[in-house]
Amino acid sequence: MEDLNFQHRARARAGGTRQSAIVGVVASGNLEVLVERSLPDADCALEIKTAAVGFGEVWSAVIDDFVERYSPGGLKFSINDGGARPDTVSLRLAQAVRLIEGNGQ
Amino acid sequence: MIAPLKDIIPAERARSTSFNEASARTRLELLLDAGSFVEFIGPEQREVSPHLRIFDLPEQFDDGIVVGHGRLDGSPVFVAAQEGRFMGGAFGEVHGAKLTGLLRAAREIGSIPVLILFDTGGVRLQEANAGELAIAEIMRAVMEARIAGAKVIGLIGGRSGCYGGGGLIAGCCSALAVSEPGRIAVSGPEVIETNRGVEEFDSRDRALVWRTMGGKHRRLLGAADVFADDTVQDFREAALELLSLVGPFGLDGLRAEQARLADRLRSFGGCEDAVDIWTAEGIAHAERVPELSADLFIALANRIGRTSRDAR
Repeated sequence: MEDLNFQHRARARAGGTRQSAIVGVVASGNLEVLVERSLPDADCALEIKTAAVGFGEVWSAVIDDFVERYSPGGLKFSINDGGARPDTVSLRLAQAVRLIEGNGQ
Repeated sequence: MIAPLKDIIPAERARSTSFNEASARTRLELLLDAGSFVEFIGPEQREVSPHLRIFDLPEQFDDGIVVGHGRLDGSPVFVAAQEGRFMGGAFGEVHGAKLTGLLRAAREIGSIPVLILFDTGGVRLQEANAGELAIAEIMRAVMEARIAGAKVIGLIGGRSGCYGGGGLIAGCCSALAVSEPGRIAVSGPEVIETNRGVEEFDSRDRALVWRTMGGKHRRLLGAADVFADDTVQDFREAALELLSLVGPFGLDGLRAEQARLADRLRSFGGCEDAVDIWTAEGIAHAERVPELSADLFIALANRIGRTSRDAR
């Protein structure tokens, strides 16, 4: 297992008022993303625990791209990863933002 | 054009969603009355397994089981749903404790039923002792909840089936609903083959696995009381039907269950294969049972009429 942490500044606060949301499952090639609205509006943090060791640079690139596209200000992402591919990671992060921005289910 | 998901009313989503393919959270969301689910010890509390880290394995924030309460057709229910994709839905220490706690809450209240959405290979090997203890605690908690008057219904249709300790817990429930992909057993195919040899059970013979442990066979044997088609809506209706059918629990019921099992062993103990059992039950062309559609199969199973409704 490897722990990775990323801190970013986001352009704007994420929409919606929901306090938390969860998406995905920890399985081979999959991951779960727990997102919580717990940071100052311009901050964004990601804590990753991954079963695939040595992919820090790939994570960094995927997350730079994600923060640029979705501007998830105020959100903290906690990730348990079972060795998902970068495209799956991007998809789950986008789903997590979509869920916490939608105020219902 | 396909309507966006949020515009589709819940019952339609439940009708078009495969129970087998859905996640534990989606199953609960669509099984219960819309928006009624409230989770206990949610993922944000991070009650993860204390053991997996030692084995350098990833954790899941809910430890592979979602527990809480909600409403089913307006009435309150406790619910637990295992996530079969996380470690095969296997029972560990925290996973088991969440279900035990839920059942004890049901025991304290007495009148609110429990729905358990099984999806499990059994005990998590990395926390074997804690997992085995959890199975024993859950079995006791199921029986105590039933003695206190709570109905405990098992719904089985997940990818991992209901194996090992999960099969034992299912055997303690008031009633079970099963779909075709929902298998119920204690020892799984590979375990039997490893211990008894390929001549006893060829785990690679998928047709043999399904007709020995699959939902259709369990329904025809009376181990499961209702057969559901593989949609969340069908499981919702099955749960409602079982809640209305299950009677009070007591010594008479246990004696009837013992007699039912003894009779089953007498009637079918000599059979070599599930097809022989179906033939002995009076089903013409029993070899065609695996091909039957859900509708035709349900009609056949109801005609055979074998259930545990007066027992358990």
